[in-house]
Amino acid sequence: MTTVAVLNDTHHRHQPEHDQTLAQKLVARSANMQHASVGEIVTCNVDLAMFHDSSGPRRLKPMLESLGAKIWNKDRVVLVMDHFVPETDNDARKIVRMARDWAIEQKLPNVYDSQGICHVVVPQHGHILPGMMCVGGDSHSPTGGAFGAYMFGVGSTEMLGVMVTGQIWLKVPETIQMNWQGKLTTGVCAKDMMLAMIGRFGMNGGQYQAIEFTGSTIASLGMAERMTLSNMSAELGSQVGLIAPDITTLQWLQNRLAQRATNYPHDKLVQASIEQLTQTNLSHWQTDAGARFTEHIFDATALAPMVAAPHSPANSHAVTEYVRTPIDTAYIGACTGAKLEDLIAAASILKGHRVPQNVKLMVAPASVSDMNEAKTLGVAKILQNAGAQFLPSACGACAGYGHTIDGHARVISTTARNFKGRMGSSDAEVYLASPYTVAASALTGFISDPREHMR
Amino acid sequence: MNNSLDLKTVNYLDPCLQHKVWALGADIDTDALAPGHAMKYGMGVIAKHCLESILPNFSADVQSGDVIIAGPNFGIGSSREQAAAVLVVHGITAVIAPSYSGLFFRNAFNVGLLLLTCPHISNHPHRVVRLDIHDSQHPLIITEKNEALTCEAIPEFLMTRVKHGGLLNELRHQLSRNQHEPNHA
Repeated sequence: MTTVAVLNDTHHRHQPEHDQTLAQKLVARSANMQHASVGEIVTCNVDLAMFHDSSGPRRLKPMLESLGAKIWNKDRVVLVMDHFVPETDNDARKIVRMARDWAIEQKLPNVYDSQGICHVVVPQHGHILPGMMCVGGDSHSPTGGAFGAYMFGVGSTEMLGVMVTGQIWLKVPETIQMNWQGKLTTGVCAKDMMLAMIGRFGMNGGQYQAIEFTGSTIASLGMAERMTLSNMSAELGSQVGLIAPDITTLQWLQNRLAQRATNYPHDKLVQASIEQLTQTNLSHWQTDAGARFTEHIFDATALAPMVAAPHSPANSHAVTEYVRTPIDTAYIGACTGAKLEDLIAAASILKGHRVPQNVKLMVAPASVSDMNEAKTLGVAKILQNAGAQFLPSACGACAGYGHTIDGHARVISTTARNFKGRMGSSDAEVYLASPYTVAASALTGFISDPREHMR
Repeated sequence: MNNSLDLKTVNYLDPCLQHKVWALGADIDTDALAPGHAMKYGMGVIAKHCLESILPNFSADVQSGDVIIAGPNFGIGSSREQAAAVLVVHGITAVIAPSYSGLFFRNAFNVGLLLLTCPHISNHPHRVVRLDIHDSQHPLIITEKNEALTCEAIPEFLMTRVKHGGLLNELRHQLSRNQHEPNHA
């Protein structure tokens, strides 16, 4: 393990009572409080509720109808069809049809159908802004924390409660800071940081508290990499995975909102979002110096590419401990590992090469927008020439939906989970790794250290 | 295909009742409870596949009134509340574990499944237990040897929710009360 274990609790003394963590400030704002005390159970007003075809209409519609209740505020709802699309059988067709019909019937203003995975599509359209309180009907909803929003996953019945009341309860969390210092070396990325942290702290290491990623490493990361960190906070067992917003955040969101205004000229809500973004007070959305938190310090310069062996993301070690492990399938997909930047990472290894006959390389870009940009940049061509089979921008095999992994496959994947049976077959062995490591392994047919392909 | 949950109210308040125990290990995940490949079907089908990768005979042999005793981190993984609802469909009275995934914890109470957080439970192998939840601030598990194991307090509003059989019924109750008392906040 390359991390430095330092538990810094000097902050536990002499803190002014009013100093708060970023998590406390976000909760306090949504609960109309000046100060949110850790451990207190509070009721928060929800700024954004996101759900998809699997967790959303198929469950919410019958429950809302049985209550005779209406959605509290449709402007604050985003529906994404990503789990059962493209429909592979009649059951899937029925579920997606219900989502489409309900979106029309309810006149929902924010709907993204077959545009990619919700955790990527929703931020890419600028719906998640710093300071917001958001809930998502999916466990990877902490992805929104990358934008300085308090975003967490809920089940469908809890989402029903939000639909009816516009509110949600939560217990003000403690904050665990993951402070990363220094520059990541070539071939090492956010996915490796997460696998290292999950390996060290375990899948419930976050104890359903707030994790905040801090330090010079985080500050230098782009939004896609920050999203990977917040996304896999789910596998660390925290409620949220927050990153304080900065200039990088604001510029990225400005661009995305401008694109949305161009692409959706009839979208009445986008101007309000642009206005809200310009009013972001960056100095407020930070953890105060005297706030109380636990801190773990990591040395990014010493981090090696990481691999999590079957059947847990916590079963992770440096790639060097797995080299020569044979694989027959390489999967680059999911909200965790198939954003444009992930595809670029894979292409940097695969450029000018072709995977051997006995390896199946599959690429399911996280969003249609990412796929289009990959085409424009020539990245898609590099992957195609390397023998990649492109799959639709949807959840797909990551969660055993649609095209799944069959039989005794030995898979290396950029996804977030390798639980037994997760990708469709209880007999499959799934290793988790970064897009660099997955690409390098695809080239050799063995789990491989990507750094050896980057010299 | 019925996608709505069939929520049965179970009696966990009778401290004389003996509950048969299903013992499970640590880190039981939501894919084990409600496998992805069954997620497009209704609760009846999902229930048949519940825990198939760990205890292939579970769905055939489980009986209403049984309890699950598991290791730490029960319910880690997905937000799919079917992972909790499937245990309600099978009539599981309560799950007892030292810790839960936070998301599963919320979902369980929302679908009317009682979770008891008992820090020392895995040290005690049991065939049957009795439950005493008269005081939700001090829930107790009574072992075969008549030992009382203390569980963590259950917040009052969550106990109310589970007594309603879940959030759907609780909202129904609230909405009908609001209809009858228009001035009710």
